[in-house]
Amino acid sequence: MKRWLKGAHRLRVTLWTLIVPPTTWAVHFLFSYLWVAISCERIGRWALFPTAFAIGTVVALIVILASGVIAWQQSRTPGDPPPHNEGTDIDRLRFLAYSTMLLAGLSFVAVIFTAMPVLMLGDCR
Amino acid sequence: MSLHAQDDPQLRAEQEERLRAVWKPPSGLFLRWTDTNNNRVGVWYTLTAFGFMLFAGVLALIMRTQLAVPDNDLVSANTFNQLFTLHGSMMMFLFAVPMFEAVSIILLPQLLGARDLPFPRLSAFGYWSFLIGGVFVGGSIFFNAAPDGGWFMYPPLTTRTDLSGLGADIWMLGLSFIEVSSVAAAVELIVGVLKCRPPGMRLNLMPLYAWYILVVAVMILFAFPPLIAGDLLFEMERLLNWPFFDAARGGDPLLWQHLFWIFGHPEVYIVFLPSIALFAMMIPTFAQRHLLGYPWIVLAAVGTAFLSFGLWVHHMFATGLPKISLAFFSAASEAVAIPTGVQIFAFIATLWAGKVKWSTPLLYASGSLAVFVIGGLTGVMVAVAPFDWQAHDTYFVVAHLHYVLIGGTLLPLFGGLYYYWPLITGKKLSDRLGRIAFWIMFVGINLTFFPMHLSGLEGMPRRVFTYPEELGIGWLNLASTAGSYMFAAGVAVLVVDLMLSPTRAKSSRNPWNAGTLEWLAHPDDEDWGIRSVPLVESRYPIWDQKNFVAKVDEGRFFLPDAEEGRRETIITSVLDAKPVSVIRLGTPSVKPMMTAVALGSVFILTTYHLYLIAALGGVVTLGCILWWLWDTAEIPEKPEKPIGHGMRLPLYISGPAAPGWWAMFITMMADATAFSGLVFGYYFYWTIHPDFGAGFDGPGSGGPLTALALSLASWAATLIAREVHHRGSVNAARGLLVAGAVTAIASLFAGIGCLDGLDPEANVYPAIVWVLVVWTVVHAAVAVIMQLYTLARSIAGRMTPTHDADIRNITVYMHFFALTAIVTYLTIGLFPETGL
Repeated sequence: MKRWLKGAHRLRVTLWTLIVPPTTWAVHFLFSYLWVAISCERIGRWALFPTAFAIGTVVALIVILASGVIAWQQSRTPGDPPPHNEGTDIDRLRFLAYSTMLLAGLSFVAVIFTAMPVLMLGDCR
Repeated sequence: MSLHAQDDPQLRAEQEERLRAVWKPPSGLFLRWTDTNNNRVGVWYTLTAFGFMLFAGVLALIMRTQLAVPDNDLVSANTFNQLFTLHGSMMMFLFAVPMFEAVSIILLPQLLGARDLPFPRLSAFGYWSFLIGGVFVGGSIFFNAAPDGGWFMYPPLTTRTDLSGLGADIWMLGLSFIEVSSVAAAVELIVGVLKCRPPGMRLNLMPLYAWYILVVAVMILFAFPPLIAGDLLFEMERLLNWPFFDAARGGDPLLWQHLFWIFGHPEVYIVFLPSIALFAMMIPTFAQRHLLGYPWIVLAAVGTAFLSFGLWVHHMFATGLPKISLAFFSAASEAVAIPTGVQIFAFIATLWAGKVKWSTPLLYASGSLAVFVIGGLTGVMVAVAPFDWQAHDTYFVVAHLHYVLIGGTLLPLFGGLYYYWPLITGKKLSDRLGRIAFWIMFVGINLTFFPMHLSGLEGMPRRVFTYPEELGIGWLNLASTAGSYMFAAGVAVLVVDLMLSPTRAKSSRNPWNAGTLEWLAHPDDEDWGIRSVPLVESRYPIWDQKNFVAKVDEGRFFLPDAEEGRRETIITSVLDAKPVSVIRLGTPSVKPMMTAVALGSVFILTTYHLYLIAALGGVVTLGCILWWLWDTAEIPEKPEKPIGHGMRLPLYISGPAAPGWWAMFITMMADATAFSGLVFGYYFYWTIHPDFGAGFDGPGSGGPLTALALSLASWAATLIAREVHHRGSVNAARGLLVAGAVTAIASLFAGIGCLDGLDPEANVYPAIVWVLVVWTVVHAAVAVIMQLYTLARSIAGRMTPTHDADIRNITVYMHFFALTAIVTYLTIGLFPETGL
């Protein structure tokens, strides 16, 4: 595990990796919406494949969690002195990683928010 | 050019002379309007948007006067409908969004230490489109022809030509035209932020304003195109009787609501985030310290941008969708409060940690936060579906949205006006008048809109031109009217303050003692933007880097000269802002204005059903665009040039490093998003109809698959042409381009062939198939034009294997064209016959 976490430092970080967690939220959200629309409007009854929804939610949470953990590791890359807002390679990496970690937190909460109604409501009314 | 050389005052004077000559604005009664420099175009843009704001404000005053007392008859119901529709539409489309673009066009190059944005002529084109479209839409009220269906134009009221007149067409076509200019601005701003930063300004040193602008411009790319798709369907119904929103023939008015609000909700954040971005610049200045929580602000901007696309159905809570769907959107609406709160706390914390210098801009900032938070709290209330069912379409919602928009957009902009006025004019505004204006406005706003919560809860519906005395809401409305006049008086004081500005003396340079690059501007500013492009090592270089201002002024950084007599700026890499190349910028030209006039004529003539002349306008537009493009991506007279400090940069780049490639990619993202709006429509109808085809024959599979094969052949020919061209086989590449054009033409005819026997007026199924095919064959036609254009460039010697930007850029287009063809032809050919 420790070695794996250390390996996270070597992964490439770009503007694209920054948006992995919120994009995961967006995909999960879109599929939740389509899943309900097709179940309720097209088929006319509640919840086709509820297990698929549960699995999809868990997968989304795992993706977000993983990118959050990687980002957390990278945001602690040692090297330059604090407060880490200089124009160096390490500080730029730490900034992008830290922002990714924060976005992972927000996305994690948002996915749970999206999943909550499925737990609370049980039909198409 | 070493550091040493810049010690020579004679050399510096000569450099300045050359720069001045190159950046000299055009003069003359007409020619001055052909300017493309961001400082002028940005100011025209800002003043025009401000003018539209005042106009739309007057419309609101007339409405409030009508509503002052019960059973009033100052204006007729019909005029009232036009007033509220135009007020909302103008404030959103002609003030809030263009104002953000205008301010960014002025500020962004300054903030990034660039001489100008990468496509100055595109900004000018955006401005002229905006002006023409805005005057067309706004002026309609003087002919009693203004749109009258509410700013969200819900069908079937607005699509039935017997219920709504020309106004609906003016709204659709006039505002579509303005949406084109917004997408143009988005392209400009994204490429500006990603590629035109000064050397050393890595992503983590970028001013937060630039972060916000990047995020908002990306949002425009995904938010505006669904509305353009909706507009297309809407006009097809109005002009050609294709039944997209007509339930009797299988259509559904709810599709419009979806497409409108997929645009409309992100729109709220598109106008809110740039204003909050102004805070992110002002607050560190007045706290005299770095902003706290820089990554947290980035989180807030990016997080809000994403979540804002999951909110649209909360405008449709009362439409009878399944509760579970509503709950998803309710959840996302609550979640968006998190990033919004984070940025507000970051601002408060910065003020807390710093030594606050109390000033007029800060007064506006803090006042707007208070107003915004009230609007935000009622927003959390209406995000809960059961509450919304009670408050929906009442004045409670009117109160909510005005608190949000005034606190989140208007007052921050006024604060920004006081803050940045010295940057634009070299003069400060009056602190005294500013404060007087603020307090009059602040009281006026609350007096206008707070009683609306109560009148809404008492049952006053939106958009009624009068109300009976028995309802007992007369005094609430009278208070609102009094407040609105007070609000207007505050705005009038502000306008007087602006008018007095020419009589005042110039202020000192950087009067607020700010730390970011835009304050390098001198009160007696030159047109060259920045004397030399700095090396940035801090988020607040003026505060943190030694002798920074002097070094910039003495040309000791990069590109201090214009030896070749060309307008230039530096292109850097996306993540770390390493210098990549020097690009030559467009000079003042009449082309952007002419293109805007030609394109405007297409939209305006179509409104009046003058299709033949409109088609002629389309041909002229195409001609203007090609004429404009012909000068771009020119092969430089030498491969590279020195920029100082021993660095030499290439003068020509192509592919993903070049701004042109990015512009094509970004434009096509918007195009693909609009297309996905149409595809959404297709599957939407499939979802709601148990029998989607409704007994109408589809196009079969043979025709669509043939058209797909031909489209993909055209794509492959272009792709291979790019590769063999790169390897030096120019003739083979030319042959392949011809083959690509021929197959694209063949795909066009094959696509039209699919429509044989399908009557788009009969039912929504043939109609939506028609729209998808027409969209795709129009793209095939554009592909042909691009391939032949590239061929012409090659023959004219403007494209060679080492200077191949044209063919690389059209290949990006062809990727998107191939994707469009795959989705269209597979959808219509294999679905729904073989599907579920």
